[in-house]
Amino acid sequence: MTPGRKLLGHIALLVPPFGWLGVFYLGSLSVLLLSAFWQVDAMSGEIVRDWTWENFRILFSDTTYTVIARRTTGIAILVTITDIILAWPLAWVIARKVGPRLKLTLLVLVALPLWSSMLARIYAWRLILGHDGVLNWGLRLVGLPDQNVAFTNIALWIVFSYLWLPFMLMPMVAALERIPASLLDAAGDQGATPWQVFRTVVFPLAIPGMAAGSVFTFAVTQGDYVAPMLVGGAGSEFIGNVVYSNVGVSGNVPFAAAFSLILLAMVAAYMLLARRFGAFDAQ
Amino acid sequence: MTNSSPTPAVRLHGLTKSYGRGATVLRGIDLEIAQGEFFTLLGPSGSGKTTTLRLIGGFELPDSGRIHLGETDVTTLPPYRRNVNTMFQDYALFPHMTLLDNIAYGMKVRGVARDERTERALAALEMVHLGNVADRRPTQLSGGQRQRVALARALVNKPALILLDEPLGALDLKLRREMQVELKRIQKQTGITFVYVTHDQEEALSMSDRIAVFSHGVIEQVGTPADLYERPSSAFVARFIGSSSILQENGREILLRPEDVRLEASGYSPAPHEQTMAGTISEVSYLGPVTRFTLCGPDDEDGVTAIVPSRHARSWREGMSVVAVWPEEAAYPLPHRQD
Repeated sequence: MTPGRKLLGHIALLVPPFGWLGVFYLGSLSVLLLSAFWQVDAMSGEIVRDWTWENFRILFSDTTYTVIARRTTGIAILVTITDIILAWPLAWVIARKVGPRLKLTLLVLVALPLWSSMLARIYAWRLILGHDGVLNWGLRLVGLPDQNVAFTNIALWIVFSYLWLPFMLMPMVAALERIPASLLDAAGDQGATPWQVFRTVVFPLAIPGMAAGSVFTFAVTQGDYVAPMLVGGAGSEFIGNVVYSNVGVSGNVPFAAAFSLILLAMVAAYMLLARRFGAFDAQ
Repeated sequence: MTNSSPTPAVRLHGLTKSYGRGATVLRGIDLEIAQGEFFTLLGPSGSGKTTTLRLIGGFELPDSGRIHLGETDVTTLPPYRRNVNTMFQDYALFPHMTLLDNIAYGMKVRGVARDERTERALAALEMVHLGNVADRRPTQLSGGQRQRVALARALVNKPALILLDEPLGALDLKLRREMQVELKRIQKQTGITFVYVTHDQEEALSMSDRIAVFSHGVIEQVGTPADLYERPSSAFVARFIGSSSILQENGREILLRPEDVRLEASGYSPAPHEQTMAGTISEVSYLGPVTRFTLCGPDDEDGVTAIVPSRHARSWREGMSVVAVWPEEAAYPLPHRQD
């Protein structure tokens, strides 16, 4: 085959994926970008293609929306911290303390819930947290008062932490596995107590794993709208819910686009931060 | 030098160790290492030398036996409670710290003030000629440089004892030779007791004050390099240290070092106090300054190896019938085995 034909072959292989990405991904992104600066005519509901910052002005000035943005980010941060704390002991045991058979078993158990629908898993939490759910049933059994957790931000925090825990755990296991045992020996050899070894060697070397996991716990939580709809309450709206209702209910696509764009910017900023901490460095 | 023997730096008594499912690694190790000694644990892989080192360092616990460092029984103390530092086989430098921080690590976790630890870490880096790259990370260094940093980190705390686990294993031959000299120099200069693990007998001979030869979880012999080479206690030690021919004579094993053997034409009549063996040259290896010949006896057994200066060896070819000649006193009868 001549070099020219080989090149043509390569191009032919690249056209379908790039075409797909170009049209459907970049294309829709740029429409999103553009429409964020448009308006909807209040009377007719038609989109008016006049350039304006009006959508952004409302988003930054109306406290309804700043509160929602802060709630979205706040819960995402809380979920990330919770999952890091929950994942540490289990990741440590899976990565360094058990034999290969038990390791595989534990990893399968961690991944097992992911085989069922996310909706089913969220509904399961409604059965647990609901007024006559498993939680209150258990509390009554031991003589404690009922808790009204369902349809609150607390429920949202619990459910998100549960949903994304496996995604925090896996990269942390990978990061901890990669720490050579000799580094832990060397730290102890130099006089570090087990706690100092953890603080000065294990924890810093696990940061890339935690950063990779937080892409799910933080960025994906920020973009979610399903869980707030199903287990959140009146004061649990996320940015995604505002976008959803503006597209579906009030038909104000430009306003939805503007809020999505802010979300997109926050997630992108977070990705850059995560990259700085080595989230995307394989090895 | 006084006559009273000071407390040994290390005293091992009856150490045994096995890993799950009955794989026994150590079967009773007794050893004393003197203050300021360059002491080598030598043996093939799986002989228990590295396990012994790890027990001294506290990285593993023995099944039975005691370990004393100086006056202190440290058998069950964790590594951070022992006045010992280790130079690890893979160097074990912390990848997220600069060289300076790597070396200052031990002082930092023990609460030495910043100024003092920076000063001492820099001095240690100077000692291994790396003072100018103190801000680099380990990944930016060559293997030889990393190895020097590992050495500096082991030295900087001025421990009573430094353990070295095959530290030169990953270096090429030339660098290895340089580092052997360097290690020996630093050991003399600091006066710190070194316990050195290697499977390289040449390295062990050239560096050590004394050597313990390990085989299958026991110590075969402890002695100076000359003891081990000239008066080995067993065929194993004789074969492991240097090259050797072992002849059977009236049920005894006789050790013959190849450099003591020369070749003569067949029909050579030996002088008094000379011993001979007739045979056929089965192998010739030209090694530069010397040439090595392997001789087969009449019954294809009792092979003898001779190492002859190459300029005296030009006439000998493979397949020739010759006589191997050695002075009587060069033949060393190996002691009978005790067991």
